[in-house]
Amino acid sequence: MAQIQEVTVDEIKHLVSERALEGETMLLNMGPQHPSTHGVLRLLLELDGEEIINCIPDIGFLHTGIEKNMEAKTYIKAAVMTDRLDYLNTMGNNLVYCMAIEKLVGLDVPERAQAIRVIMTELQRIASHLVWLGTHALDLAAMSVFLYAFREREMILDIMEMISGQRMMTTYFRPGGLWRDVPQEWEAHVREFVKIFPERVAQYERLLTHNPLFKDRTVGIGVISAEDALRWGLTGPTLRGSGPALDLRKLRPYCGYEQYDFDVPTHTDGDVYARYLVRIQEFHESLKIIRQALDNLPSGPVSSNNRKFVPPPRSELGVSMEALIHHFKLWTEGFLAPKESVYMPVESPRGELGVFLEGDGGPKPYRVYWRTPSFVNLQALPYVSKGHYVADLVAIIGSFDIVLGDTDR
Amino acid sequence: MGVEQKLGDMGVVTARLEDVVNWGRTGAMWPMLFGLACCAIEMMASQASSYDMSRFGMELMRASPRQSDLMIVAGRVSRKMSPVLRRLYDQMPDPKWVVAMGDCASCGGVFNNYAIVQGVDEVVPVDVYVAGCPPRPEALIHGIMTLHEKVKKEKLNQWS
Amino acid sequence: MSDYLKETIHALQQRFGGDVGEYAGDPRLILKAESIQPLSAALRNEFGFEYLSALTAVDYWPELTPRFHIIYQFSSLVHNCRLEVRVPVADGDTLPTISEEYWSANWHEREIFDMFGVRFDGHPDMRRILMPHDWEGHPLRKDYPLGYEEVQFSFNKDEIMKRKPHPED
Repeated sequence: MAQIQEVTVDEIKHLVSERALEGETMLLNMGPQHPSTHGVLRLLLELDGEEIINCIPDIGFLHTGIEKNMEAKTYIKAAVMTDRLDYLNTMGNNLVYCMAIEKLVGLDVPERAQAIRVIMTELQRIASHLVWLGTHALDLAAMSVFLYAFREREMILDIMEMISGQRMMTTYFRPGGLWRDVPQEWEAHVREFVKIFPERVAQYERLLTHNPLFKDRTVGIGVISAEDALRWGLTGPTLRGSGPALDLRKLRPYCGYEQYDFDVPTHTDGDVYARYLVRIQEFHESLKIIRQALDNLPSGPVSSNNRKFVPPPRSELGVSMEALIHHFKLWTEGFLAPKESVYMPVESPRGELGVFLEGDGGPKPYRVYWRTPSFVNLQALPYVSKGHYVADLVAIIGSFDIVLGDTDR
Repeated sequence: MGVEQKLGDMGVVTARLEDVVNWGRTGAMWPMLFGLACCAIEMMASQASSYDMSRFGMELMRASPRQSDLMIVAGRVSRKMSPVLRRLYDQMPDPKWVVAMGDCASCGGVFNNYAIVQGVDEVVPVDVYVAGCPPRPEALIHGIMTLHEKVKKEKLNQWS
Repeated sequence: MSDYLKETIHALQQRFGGDVGEYAGDPRLILKAESIQPLSAALRNEFGFEYLSALTAVDYWPELTPRFHIIYQFSSLVHNCRLEVRVPVADGDTLPTISEEYWSANWHEREIFDMFGVRFDGHPDMRRILMPHDWEGHPLRKDYPLGYEEVQFSFNKDEIMKRKPHPED
């Protein structure tokens, strides 16, 4: 088995200051096994006392080879891998992958499927923000928020289990629509959640928003200006905390987001506290979207009728020879996609989640590239953390809301 | 409370040393806070309010391997991570146990490729495998109960 | 495609040459490697493309020469549009970095080096990023095997177990 590689100062001397080479400052390893790095992130810190002079992230400890592995599977079979990229945003990953396929082959999605997709991805956004809120508060020594946030997250996971049979890795969205229609009791459960959740958000806010200890740890920490944030390619709430209202749901609406009335919360401070406030307000915006989508939920089919791409329903197999042939062809060979490429970005809880999908005329993708928000956002960490204390670094990592599965792919 | 009330004030309770030590080991097994991927979220869920693993004396997740008895490998282990995992295992004090949580840690799961170790048992010896992708919190708790059963059966001459 | 994007592509084509393609409403510009640096500077400073959405590569081995296409997705928040730029690169050739214009290109270029073995000139930190430092080969090349391990069934379980490493306590 391979040995751990010790990084020599020689190897990274272009990244640290000259004082480190003379031994004046200290090089400290943080991670990959560390409670506050939100996974297996390794940071090499150059410290002057408690102050961070340089921060050198080392990622790849969760590199899964998903992009290569998807090339070896058919389009439908590769969908199960998408859940496991950003495991807090599984529905969103399914969504962007299915939308990329739909764009590549030119497949239409029925309205009911679009609306259910919107509701589920917004619920997923809330669930993801709840994990962020719990762990971020835990890092800043507020244990109870974690327990409350996971209580509400269980409600969302129950809804996801109800429709797909799985709590996290649902693969519920399929190219051309959904796996199957939602069960009858689904709507009541979602309405129940939408009803009680605003009160729960108020509970979290009572614990944190005006808490002097929390504010001491977050206000004025990790400030990044709007221009720098864009130049670093930051997206999502991390960018919106600095000012620019970059939200792909508003800018380039997909999935029927143009029908819904919602705001894009922004703040101009650009610090950890601003990013916290943006995410808290996004809870309410997501609820707004879910309410509108539920009230106007269209009826009808939940997946496209194009049998070249979408398997026929189980009930048709016994009576239709053609359906049987399509079923057999789709699940053995898969469908063929043209020799073209598309790039499909959507707004995930962390920012712009994009898929670059290239077909080669065969049933397997030729190249799948995931533009994952965590990977890009994490790049700005050395820039933002410079000059802060080590304890503040924990707050900054938390406010960037990185998921290492998303970073390393 | 407990034993002396039921048995009267005897002052002395006799038991086999094996039973007492194994009981102590299962009653307060400290897991290491070692989240790798998706399963780590379910591990957090099993620590949180709904499932509450502290019912089994496991509320204390230690971030340091030197203070923990149980390593829950929660998630896929990449080739880059595997030497780190082994070093963490070596740093844990004896006696120590390993639970491979989820399909990826047990056998590589859906990721049969160049980057992922095909089962964490190639790196460290595993006591209990928990199936699922990811396993439900109940499944993890069941795996830990299974480990408790295993530890309770350990014999004096096997103690390390 | 918006009018602004059409004008931009027209202006860029006049200045840097190259071919224009389109699929599913997304335009793309295919350029030579030497013009990517002035192009990125022009996009950022003159045309208002503030950020780089994505930067990746595709390996067309063995069908095409040069075998790699480097794919840039430039995005504009002000004009609300996105432009794809493709740059063909041969194996062993290098490409100028754009990480001075777009800071986020830094890790993307490191990732392309790690996964495809395409080097970038003038990059501040050209090391592997995802794989271990001593890894051999570049995994996303088409001539790199997936690294599939045989699946164990009851008939071949014992045979495979013999080949697997067995750690000690």
